[in-house]
Amino acid sequence: MIIEIERLQLYYSAFHALKNVNLSIPENRVTAFIGPSGCGKSTLLRTLNRMNDTIPGVRIEGEVTIQGRNIYGSETEVEFLRKRVGMVFQQPNPFPKSIYDNVAYGPRLHGVTKKAELDGIVERSLRSASLWQEVKDVLKKSAWSLSGGQQQRLCIARALAVEPEILLMDESTSALDPISTTKIEELTRELREKYTIVMVTHNMHQAARISDRTVFFLNGEVVEASDTEALFRSPVDQRTEDYISGRFG
Amino acid sequence: MKAKTVDRIMTGVIVGVAVLIIAVLAGLLGYLLVRGLRHISLDFLLSPPQTIKAGGGIGPQLFNSLFLLVLTMIITIPLGLGAGIYMSEYAKPNRLTAFIRLIVEVLSSFPSIVVGLFGLLVIVNMFGLGFSLFSGALALTVFNLPLMVRITEQSLRSVPREQKEAGLALGLSRWRTITSVLLPVAIPSIVTGTILAAGRVFGEAAALLFTAGMSSPRLDFSDWNPLHHTSPLNPFRPAETLAVHIWKINSEGLAPDAAQIAAGASAVLVITVLIFNLGARWLGRVLYRKLTASK
Ligand SMILES: Nc1ncnc2c1ncn2[C@@H]1O[C@H](COP(=O)(O)OP(=O)(O)O)[C@@H](O)[C@H]1O
Ligand SMILES: [Mg+2]
Repeated sequence: MIIEIERLQLYYSAFHALKNVNLSIPENRVTAFIGPSGCGKSTLLRTLNRMNDTIPGVRIEGEVTIQGRNIYGSETEVEFLRKRVGMVFQQPNPFPKSIYDNVAYGPRLHGVTKKAELDGIVERSLRSASLWQEVKDVLKKSAWSLSGGQQQRLCIARALAVEPEILLMDESTSALDPISTTKIEELTRELREKYTIVMVTHNMHQAARISDRTVFFLNGEVVEASDTEALFRSPVDQRTEDYISGRFG
Repeated sequence: MKAKTVDRIMTGVIVGVAVLIIAVLAGLLGYLLVRGLRHISLDFLLSPPQTIKAGGGIGPQLFNSLFLLVLTMIITIPLGLGAGIYMSEYAKPNRLTAFIRLIVEVLSSFPSIVVGLFGLLVIVNMFGLGFSLFSGALALTVFNLPLMVRITEQSLRSVPREQKEAGLALGLSRWRTITSVLLPVAIPSIVTGTILAAGRVFGEAAALLFTAGMSSPRLDFSDWNPLHHTSPLNPFRPAETLAVHIWKINSEGLAPDAAQIAAGASAVLVITVLIFNLGARWLGRVLYRKLTASK
């Protein structure tokens, strides 16, 4: 287990958003968070790279350990944590720069300066994100000139360029067309060979298609977490069954 | 039926008001330019004014206005950027922040004659800086700085939240995210806003009457040592700016061609401010294209 979450409580000021979450996330697998809108999927995902730190009024109790180290401990450097735990957002958000500069951005700011080294990182990252073939001749073009699906894969390449071990994806296909969605789903399956992937989706078919493990949330609580096949074939909790059979949400 | 009539009437009223405003503006601009352009020549722009003879120019005043603008900007740009970044990225949303914001608003809307008198009392007399370019620059800072703070804060706030999160999620520190993600996106609008604010500084008269003064020493334009008394670059000499000059010759000018000089100087002032405005927009667009590689 690469990530262990124990007795996690999260409050947005007075609002209790995550209630006593206990969860283990395995290495080199795709773990999907499903559940109705507003149940706390994004909130939990963002505790894993401490993006919630930027929101005023957030209070967190309990423990999150990644490879045995408490990421909320005083000796953890947030910047170092976020380098190891990359994130892809719902809306593609490339920087208003060239395709090359988007991917080279993180490595540059983390101290890589040699052109040849950067070129290598950019090519490798774009290949990993299945984008290289489409953009290798237009690396100097603005990232904003790409289609939405290409932009999202560029964001994946940008995240991979700083060599994370874990990749968080928050509904990263929900703003895309079906073809782009399929591309990113296939990509996700490939990426798990080298990365641990935690994804939020409100589309349970997507979870069924590509995840190894599925966690079902309701009102800030984990209702059920198990292997994807088992969860969809024979859910233990009545509420899980109601949800996956489409009776609510 | 009735709603439709009301809609028609209101549309008519709004269009009428807009046309009226544009007509007044165009008329004013046309009047100033038609009256003034005739008197503008290279000689007029470069030569010093005459007290009682005809044929004086506005050379030193034009130089003073530009130099004062530069001085003011040297003071306000770094301070304004710093405070603006603080207000948008670091200040917690509490009472103190709200109070600072209120003060900034109040300062920027202070009547400029009051700022001028305050400058006379505090800067010129109390701190003993005398009538000088530096005193003038400090007085202009009083209402230029709040503008700079607000421009910077709003430009940074208008950068999409997703951009900031993208930077943080790559493991950049907060400061790095500000300087390398937020600022490049915000710079075009900061630059545009700054130049527009500079236009106001350039045309300001009331705040300068009692701070930068209403006279200029004889300037030696071949001496560029800022420490020399007659050097144009000396920031501690009194300096009459173009706007102050217009006010002065209009109220007490003795030269026979005072009216024409005032008209010419006004046209120069208006044209310069227009250039500032158009230049600001142009530069903003160019920077945006450059910084976002969206060619
Ligand atoms: N910044 C915030 N401040 C206050 N409440 C928030 C904030 N972000 C999310 N919430 C609340 O926390 C709950 C969980 O939100 P979220 O994790 O975004 O849900 P999901 O991703 O499952 O749709 C929701 O009720 C939401 O309104
Ligand atoms: Mg969400």
